[in-house]
Amino acid sequence: MIRLESVSKTFPGAARPAVDHLDLDVPNGTTCVLIGPSGCGKTTTMRIVNRLIEPTSGRIVVEGEDVTRADPVALRRRIGYVIQQVGLFPHMTIAQNVATVPELLGWPAARVAQRVEEMLSLVGLEPGQFLERHPRHLSGGQRQRVGVARALAADPPVLLMDEPFGAVDPIVRAGLQAELLGILRRLAKTVIFVTHDIDEAVRMGDLIAIMKDGRLVQCDAPERLLSAPRDAFVADFVGADRALKRLALITAGTVARPGPAGPGAPVVALSTSLRDVLSVLLASGADAATVTESGGSPLGAISLAMIRARAATSSQGDGAES
Amino acid sequence: MSWTLENYDIAAIALGEHVLMVGSALAISLVIALPLGILTARRPAFYVAAMSVTGVLYTIPALALFALLIPMMGLGLAPAISALVLYSLLILVRNIAIGIREVPAELIEAADGMGYGRARRLLDIELPLALPVIVAGVRITTVTQIAVATVAAYISAGGLGDLIFQGITQDFGEKIVVGALLTSLLAIVADEGLKYVERRLRAATAERL
Amino acid sequence: MLRDVIAWLTDNRQAFDAAAGQHLVLSATALAAAIVLALPLALVLVHWKRLAHVAITSVNVLRTIPSLALLAAMLPLIGTGFLPSVIALTLYGLPAILINSHTALREVDPDIVEAGLGQGMTGGQILRRITIPLALPVVFAGIRTAAVQIVSAATLAAFIGGGGLGELITAGMGTLNIPQLVSGGLAVAALAVMTELGFAFLERGARWSIGTAA
Repeated sequence: MIRLESVSKTFPGAARPAVDHLDLDVPNGTTCVLIGPSGCGKTTTMRIVNRLIEPTSGRIVVEGEDVTRADPVALRRRIGYVIQQVGLFPHMTIAQNVATVPELLGWPAARVAQRVEEMLSLVGLEPGQFLERHPRHLSGGQRQRVGVARALAADPPVLLMDEPFGAVDPIVRAGLQAELLGILRRLAKTVIFVTHDIDEAVRMGDLIAIMKDGRLVQCDAPERLLSAPRDAFVADFVGADRALKRLALITAGTVARPGPAGPGAPVVALSTSLRDVLSVLLASGADAATVTESGGSPLGAISLAMIRARAATSSQGDGAES
Repeated sequence: MSWTLENYDIAAIALGEHVLMVGSALAISLVIALPLGILTARRPAFYVAAMSVTGVLYTIPALALFALLIPMMGLGLAPAISALVLYSLLILVRNIAIGIREVPAELIEAADGMGYGRARRLLDIELPLALPVIVAGVRITTVTQIAVATVAAYISAGGLGDLIFQGITQDFGEKIVVGALLTSLLAIVADEGLKYVERRLRAATAERL
Repeated sequence: MLRDVIAWLTDNRQAFDAAAGQHLVLSATALAAAIVLALPLALVLVHWKRLAHVAITSVNVLRTIPSLALLAAMLPLIGTGFLPSVIALTLYGLPAILINSHTALREVDPDIVEAGLGQGMTGGQILRRITIPLALPVVFAGIRTAAVQIVSAATLAAFIGGGGLGELITAGMGTLNIPQLVSGGLAVAALAVMTELGFAFLERGARWSIGTAA
């Protein structure tokens, strides 16, 4: 878990604080996305957690331990760190790059080698192919995968990610987001993830913390944020299409009811988001679609009316299902 | 050509002395320049100070520097090597500092974020990546020193300059030519050899293909 | 030590001035000759690329020849004295000016040249109004390097009878007259540093006058 208690940071000579008495509580195993306009202090906040930036005041608690004045080098070896430009060391092989923190921690060589292979497989890079290569031989997407592998190598409980997919092209980015989501679900890490892309935030976050001028404006699960933005700024930030964004969080399988959809109805898989189902229905002119399971056999139907009803309900405790 | 063929051992000894002189000077200057370069790499004020001092030293002609060192050190290898060391400092300190400074910021950030301490970061990341620029500095210094060291013969330090000076005083052209030729060849070999090392290092530390 | 040096200087003022004067004349002549030879050559080489490659390579080899050897090489060819020293010093300073000028002329921003062409300038006008002014700072840097190299190498002219401040050093070595030796050393050092600073100042002026940052 990560907790920031009334953390502030004012840079010397600055007119206003970059981070202003911020309180943030990230429970174990959840991903908290920090988002906001340029200069809102999201990256500064993240870098305060691993003390790359020292706070002017406040407390930092990681895994129940007050680390505000602990040894920063030791702290950082327990926190995974992924940055946008990746920062793979060009003079080292992929294997050496991934092995960085385990070696700093003094792990025995055999354990390091095994862990490196494990991590590369985890991020979808075949070890035999990539161990001995150098970063310059890899594509942007591959490099960022190595970056993630490197951050996870020492099995830190906490992960900090600063716009990790910002430098990757959009098509590759969607794939990486999906894979990362899968990995994080499996490993149950506590993650702080910085982005400026609200769609990415909605996709990746269990909690979204919107910041402005160094302050936390709203911190909620995506569903709540989208259905109940606190003020005009947040509403504006999440976008006028927030109702559609909410629908993207819900799958057809959870809303569909047994029964036929009608003759000539389009077919959607149960994992399709309501937003995509809506798109299909609008395009086809039909009122309902047949929902099938992964094998292809029909489960039930979903109609425009059902979607509309779902969109109208506020998120009283039903949360996002994916 | 007859003198050379009969006395190639004398030429060889002169060459050996020359290599030894330049080599020792280089080793000593690296020992001094490395900590200086590391210290001044990220401290602009110190860097400017270091550049000014070593810059003045570099400007002073060899013979003059020898002349100034003789009252303190006498004749022979001591003042010669000391002068060569003082000359090398400018380029070596500058290249070491610049090499370290040019390590991309995101690599430093990644290293810090992962928990590298300052010392390990220097050894594992900054110095290895600064190596191409440092070797470029060593190359320029070595070529310069090979030429400067010829004058050292005048203060009894030996080396290829001995052949040249003998040629002058004995009005013996062949010695001058042999001395000059060997010096040039030595410089070219050192230059090409270090260029090769530099190229390989640049390839090994490249971020892009 | 310092007192002895000052004593020697006051006693031998004339000899010192003569040596210093010779040194300056030697250096200035060689520098002027190097400039006069290198600049037109650089211009020619910009157009004749194959010749340029040959020229640059040979000039680079020239750079590896120690100044001492260059001076000494004059002996069997032309003997001792002023002229051989000037010739050797000119050859010594030539590479710096030639290489810098050639690179500077070659690397003038093609976009700017294109703009000039587009405005209807002739080849000569482009040369005079665009290429040369823009190349000036780097050319000047080359001249500065050559100046310092020549002033320094002129110290060795003493070995082939060219005179100069080096003679104070050789005379001092010969009779082990330490004050004379040190006077020579200090004088040369001072002259070299002043040349460096003087030309640095001039170079900054050149950059300022064409509006590029120093």
